[in-house]
Amino acid sequence: MAKYDFAIAVGGAPGQGIETAGKSISQICARYGLNVFTYTAYQSLIRGGHSFLTIRISSEPIANHGDKIDLIIALDRDSLEKHLPHVSPGGALIYNSDDVKQVPERDDIQLCPISYKELTNDPDRKKLMLNVCASSVALQLVGVDLSMLEDIIIRAFLKRKGQAVVDANVAAARASYNYAAEHFTPFETQFEKQEPALAFGSGNTLMAMGGAAAGVKFYAAYPMSPSTGVLHWMAPNARDLGIIVRQCEDEISVINMVIGAAHVGSRAMCATSGGGFALMSEAIGSAGMMEIPIVVVNVQRGGPSTGLPTKTEQGDLWQVLGASQGDFPKIVVSPTSIMDGFDTIPELFNLVDKFQCPGMVLTDLSLAEGHTTFAPDAINWQPEIDRGELITEQGQTDGEYLRYQITDSGVSPRAIPGTPGHMHVVATDDHDEDGGLISDEFTNPHKRRDIMEKRQRKMEGIAERLPPPTFEGAEDAEVTLIGWGSTHGVISEAVQQLNEAGIATSHIHFKWLYPIDEDAVNAVLSKSAHAIIVECNYTGQFARFLRGETGFKADGHIRKYDGEPFMPHHIADGARELLDSKTDLYVPYQEIVV
Amino acid sequence: MARRARRERPIQGAPTARDFKGDVTPDWCLGCGDFGVLNALQNAYAKLGRGNHDHLTVSGIGCSSNLPGYVKTYGMHTLHGRALAVATGAKFANHELNVVVTGGDGDGYGIGGNHFIHTMRKNIDLLYIVMNNETYGLTVGQASPTTVVGEQTKSTPFGNLETPLNPVAMAIVAGATYVARAFSSQGKELAELMYNGMQHNGFAFIDVISPCVTWKGGIQKIFDHWKERVQPLEDHDTSDRAAALAEAVKTGHETQLGLFYHDTSRQSLNEMEPVLEKGPIAHQPLGINQEQGDAIIEQMM
Repeated sequence: MAKYDFAIAVGGAPGQGIETAGKSISQICARYGLNVFTYTAYQSLIRGGHSFLTIRISSEPIANHGDKIDLIIALDRDSLEKHLPHVSPGGALIYNSDDVKQVPERDDIQLCPISYKELTNDPDRKKLMLNVCASSVALQLVGVDLSMLEDIIIRAFLKRKGQAVVDANVAAARASYNYAAEHFTPFETQFEKQEPALAFGSGNTLMAMGGAAAGVKFYAAYPMSPSTGVLHWMAPNARDLGIIVRQCEDEISVINMVIGAAHVGSRAMCATSGGGFALMSEAIGSAGMMEIPIVVVNVQRGGPSTGLPTKTEQGDLWQVLGASQGDFPKIVVSPTSIMDGFDTIPELFNLVDKFQCPGMVLTDLSLAEGHTTFAPDAINWQPEIDRGELITEQGQTDGEYLRYQITDSGVSPRAIPGTPGHMHVVATDDHDEDGGLISDEFTNPHKRRDIMEKRQRKMEGIAERLPPPTFEGAEDAEVTLIGWGSTHGVISEAVQQLNEAGIATSHIHFKWLYPIDEDAVNAVLSKSAHAIIVECNYTGQFARFLRGETGFKADGHIRKYDGEPFMPHHIADGARELLDSKTDLYVPYQEIVV
Repeated sequence: MARRARRERPIQGAPTARDFKGDVTPDWCLGCGDFGVLNALQNAYAKLGRGNHDHLTVSGIGCSSNLPGYVKTYGMHTLHGRALAVATGAKFANHELNVVVTGGDGDGYGIGGNHFIHTMRKNIDLLYIVMNNETYGLTVGQASPTTVVGEQTKSTPFGNLETPLNPVAMAIVAGATYVARAFSSQGKELAELMYNGMQHNGFAFIDVISPCVTWKGGIQKIFDHWKERVQPLEDHDTSDRAAALAEAVKTGHETQLGLFYHDTSRQSLNEMEPVLEKGPIAHQPLGINQEQGDAIIEQMM
């Protein structure tokens, strides 16, 4: 079996069917059993503007959108002009020759002009099928059967648009495919079918699926890019899966509804981005105080403020760590891949149920809106479910019930409303073991100390259970790259590039961010050589956090805050430069600009 | 203050208001209107005839929001202004609970205003009782969203310039399906409105004039002020929304009390939710089965 790593990009204006083209090509590759990872660079507009979708296809597992583009489909003239320089030597570019008379010179790539007028019967000239024509040409160039595209067209259009639209699109696809066979030179890389066929989905979808598997019964949201994909999966699946999905008036309502539903015994979850998370802050503290288990997902986008709604960043770490006033137990986790997003949700639910506190998932646009292929059996629909010390029936305790009973572990058995014999009031004011208010009636310093220590004792139990960061590579490496969350895949590939170039490199990666077991983390950090922390923000939020928690000071930093995710070479180049020079900060240059 | 651990004794025979007396003694000022509201609520709970654990009393923050501690039901004393959102989530998780939300005018009409409007629009099956005293009492007497024009308070020493909002008119317009105004001193009428509000399937709202004896010139003055003004709504068709609004926006010396609007034709939000047909989601088994999972993956192939 030949090994290959190939990237197709689609550029155009929103409304030109970029997503449809990208999805079709990706799904066909998935059915071929090929590994796919996609990333879309786009703007916060409904129409107009410009989008650029990268589909990386490989015979090997991949976890980022890669370093190069072999084939570009330019759906408009703007894309042709912008992206012509981005095609790798030996690559190709497909464009509509009806629109473009003169193409800037590039003799190291194959230009593939197609005439939409000639390939389609589209009297309205709305160019609705241009994406289908161009995708057919692209698939022909990499040796994919046309029948695959026809299947996808039928599936995409038959139900929604009817037979006439399907027929027109299939005819356009055939004409284009045949035209390409006659006029263009195929790539040396020809895709070959592998078994098994793969499924294809986004990070947001996988997190939503993880919620369903974990037993989420209540999901609330206020639409906010780039987290809306979770809502868009939950809403249509809700009725079949027995999940209540509510869209609320604001994120304050979202989180408070989630708290209400969780208190009454449902597993409840919500997702938002940084601005919505800021609105949720006060209530996250209330879940800590009332000891109600909830899961909140923050899909980070570029900040500050409204920031970059359609771009990625890891800039909310301090916001999430510091959300809400006062000290209270909380868990922060940052999934390391799209697939890890699925597993993380049930893992976190078990922890928050056991320790009765808020749990926060910190991910970002690059994973949440990125898509990947996966083997169907990679999904575990029956994850372990542990609800902790939950009282749902009369007689589980005899007689006296204290909701906030002081215990060694700090965990007090939790009765849900409706259960006979366990009535209590939960309060956001500080309270005694029975839930009675300390603050309003009398402020007893000894009771306050006892109840604060009870709550915070839970942090010890949590820290013991959280796995330490992963260490990959040789212990005598020359350089160690340290990352957190979404960058695992791209750092891994940079590590591979450095090792292949003769620079022995290891990789430490954090998924569970808070609380930190200082000794366990330091044991891993002690294996690092010239340590470089890689993160997508300006101030090095993770570097500062790690130094504060463990005393560890990195030797260098690679930081990106231009809105676009890292490509592997950005990190490998940075590591080389930081090893060679006396500086301790490298900010990569983003070559592909949308 | 005498305190003891909460211990639920099963109610013997038909429940009485006494069975709903909480373990904590109210810390309200002597003569506060909220005592009348608390008594009426205990009577309404008793009349409903269900066990203590079948009720959930949810509040925000403020003097009146301390109420959940003073009744013997499950209770949540949530954040300032957020009680309606929390209660909505709780009702969805177990719609078999009788969920009652209590709070004040600052909590509900000020900081919680957005939730107030949208919870009414959603028409979820809750009873919302606002103890409206036209002041921020716990923060020692500033103007609230219902403070009248010209009133001097700690935050408006030269007189309030802002027009107070009209909660009853707002509720009728926003989509509440049971809208009433009551006076804390008229316990029998208030308890009856509460009981009917609990029975109503949809969002029931009662704006209760509940005078503050500390920041409104003393017990005698403020109760005299209201007793002279209040009068029952008469010859009013509660099913006529336009007539209800016309009554609600009337200005003048008198303040009408009673049921302004009652719409029995609209389904409540929880009733319209097919997921709840199998019973409360809080009682459903967690997760999804392999067959459902396989169908999801099939869609992704």
